[in-house]
Amino acid sequence: MLKFISHFLKSKSNLKSTLSNSRVPISRNFCTTPIRDSIQYDVVIVGAGPAGLSAAIRLKQLCRQNDTDLSVCVLEKGAEVGAHILSGNVFEPRALNELLPQWKQQEAPITTPVSSDKFWFLTKNRAISLPSPFNNEGNYVISLSQLVRWMGAKAEELGVEIYPGFAASEILYDANNKVIGIGTNDMGISKDGSKKENFQRGVEIKGRMTLLSEGCRGSLSEQIMKKYNLREKGGAEHQTYALGIKEVWEIDEEKHQPGAVLHTLGWPLDHKTYGGSFLYHMKDRQIALGLVVALNYQNPFMNPYEEFQKLKHHPAIKPYLEGGTVIQYGARTLNEGGFQSIPYPVFPGGAIIGCSAGFLNVPKIKGTHTAMKSGMLAAEAAFGAVNEGLDMNTYWDALRNSWIWEELYKARNYRPAFKYGLIPGLALSGLEHYILKGRHPITLKHGKPDHEATNAAQLHSPIHYPKPDGILSFDVPTSLHRSNTNHEHDQPPHLRLRDPKIPELTNLPVYAAPESRYCPARVYEYVAAEQNKLKLQINAQNCLHCKACDIKDPKQNIKWTVPEGGGGPGYSVM
Amino acid sequence: MKIMVTIKRVIDYAVKIRVKPDKTGVVTQNVKMSMNPFCEIALEEALRIKESGLASEVIAVSMGPSQSIDTLRTGLAMGADRGIHVEANDSLYPLSVAKILKKLVEIEKPGLLILGKQMIAGLLNWPQGTFASKVVLDKEKQVVTVDREVDDGIETLSLNLPAVITTDLRLNQPRYATLPNIMKAKSKPIKKYTPEELNVEIKSDLEIVEVTEPPKRKSGVIVSSVDELIDKLKNEANVI
Repeated sequence: MLKFISHFLKSKSNLKSTLSNSRVPISRNFCTTPIRDSIQYDVVIVGAGPAGLSAAIRLKQLCRQNDTDLSVCVLEKGAEVGAHILSGNVFEPRALNELLPQWKQQEAPITTPVSSDKFWFLTKNRAISLPSPFNNEGNYVISLSQLVRWMGAKAEELGVEIYPGFAASEILYDANNKVIGIGTNDMGISKDGSKKENFQRGVEIKGRMTLLSEGCRGSLSEQIMKKYNLREKGGAEHQTYALGIKEVWEIDEEKHQPGAVLHTLGWPLDHKTYGGSFLYHMKDRQIALGLVVALNYQNPFMNPYEEFQKLKHHPAIKPYLEGGTVIQYGARTLNEGGFQSIPYPVFPGGAIIGCSAGFLNVPKIKGTHTAMKSGMLAAEAAFGAVNEGLDMNTYWDALRNSWIWEELYKARNYRPAFKYGLIPGLALSGLEHYILKGRHPITLKHGKPDHEATNAAQLHSPIHYPKPDGILSFDVPTSLHRSNTNHEHDQPPHLRLRDPKIPELTNLPVYAAPESRYCPARVYEYVAAEQNKLKLQINAQNCLHCKACDIKDPKQNIKWTVPEGGGGPGYSVM
Repeated sequence: MKIMVTIKRVIDYAVKIRVKPDKTGVVTQNVKMSMNPFCEIALEEALRIKESGLASEVIAVSMGPSQSIDTLRTGLAMGADRGIHVEANDSLYPLSVAKILKKLVEIEKPGLLILGKQMIAGLLNWPQGTFASKVVLDKEKQVVTVDREVDDGIETLSLNLPAVITTDLRLNQPRYATLPNIMKAKSKPIKKYTPEELNVEIKSDLEIVEVTEPPKRKSGVIVSSVDELIDKLKNEANVI
């Protein structure tokens, strides 16, 4: 009772200071939740990534061409533009050439052309060279985080307003269920839900058109797709995903070959698990190294982070890393559903662009160019819609008539072929790549959704992973420190359990707590509680915003929601 | 009365710092920069004093390259009324900062100077309360009472205005800059100076010889007896 009273008084006095901060006379009657400020724009874009910024830039270009202006606002949950951007990245400049043809003169951070392209099949001790299935001529090895920063600056030069540090947590609807914008998070709420001294109500950012570009498994995008049945509407299958774990190393000068591109298949992953590694040489003696593991893996004891640590000890990989230091670490999920999983991307009041819809070309392992192009096409449709009252659904038509569609259609069967296993998958992929090239009517379907693919723990035995050596391999806390991740610790945990009992009733006994293994940030830990039972502890502060838990939790019990803006990883060269 | 607050653009506190391979400093390229947390606290205190009606204006000052303007804008978004940017592209050592600040104080004549951590009082001949965990201003008597966090506890000082205050983490919880305020801050004025215009010569009286990482912490050793502990303390750690 006393606790309730003190909370009530505390929130009342905080409310008073909030009101006096906004210079509202105290004598006015206040409701228990202050009304939010509302700011109106023509176009609101959620997420300052390649798709969102391409859309913003394209909108402003169209305004100039048509001698008009539209107000464009981009919201970004990361503390700065680029902070939450992580990607391989071998960049195909096709979309950028259309968007900003002068990018080279404008000093875009795209300076390392691909110089070699290797493809290895790894066994525990050997690396067998295979013909490279990729054609990376004309492509560049880049840091996408750096490129996005540059794009942000270009967008601002054109008059786009970008606000990093603000998380869009809520969709706003009008009385007709049309999307009219988004609401940002309230800030300054304590772990127990009470308002802190520095409580700030979120704001409403209203737009005549709202574009969602939150990246893979975007939290608002998923909500919207469910609400408007966009998967069914587009005749799409479910989306399938992979988790990419990446490090950037600074290596010895003699070992560094700028532009060298290497991909591997096989070890350390088994024949039932799709995935592979990449090693790209950037500039300044830096290399990008990572392991991508498809999330439809079956063995609940699989630990993608530890598999990555194993990879670094392989005799063919190790030599590059010896004598080097890790600069940054991070992880992010990516789409693997391709053509079969593209949802209908238009909803009343807006559209979904980039990886939130899912345009990644899986055999090419590239999604940046298609994300950017989708942003540009949506911008063109949005310009028509806002400026001339045209139909936003022209975005869907534009997509289907674009090179995105052509490319993804051709690539549609590679990934699904692997549901038959590694060797059949390679065989079918070889067939597609060298002979059929997608020119036939068969479209393979995906297997089970990723979260349903996990077997019960009793069907497998625990995997023993070697201890990190601190030189090539590291423990999670050490790696996490290198992601520069941080969140205001005193806030409600942003990882919500739909049913708080399921972790201890199902995840732990049936699946041996897979979340304690697939999370690359050790957010989920089972600790001893009373009566010697194990209880789930959520270290939300560690979260890298990768979305693996939202995807892979067997009962879909974990819901990733957006924390206070400005938190999360601080990637700068990823 | 005006309050002047200095704010500094520094490497964000959550970033993992690396020493440059040539050991001349730490890596700042492609690294996230933010307002120094102590400067945030200083600015918050100044804003609270103004909001209680005891000051008319809060001026935010930053010295450094042009990117410092971003940090100033954040300060303006928190609530400072106007900004001053002193452009300096080379490193500014504390004494140079103090000399520049002295000139700005002579121009603006604030009654209170609230800083994160910076020496200045000596040059101005003003009283100062450092490591402040509580600040109470009495405008009528022109006196500020400062609780200082010292090793033995809390020391309370009474300072005549104009005075210098530097902050301790316990002073306050800085506010968030809201989106509407960030938008409004774009039109708040920022005046630019160069050290030459202020007649201050930037002479570095310090030279950085070398920057190295601290030695890696060795893992602990579990000893089996008190005798072994004494032996190690005496012969290995050389502390007894």
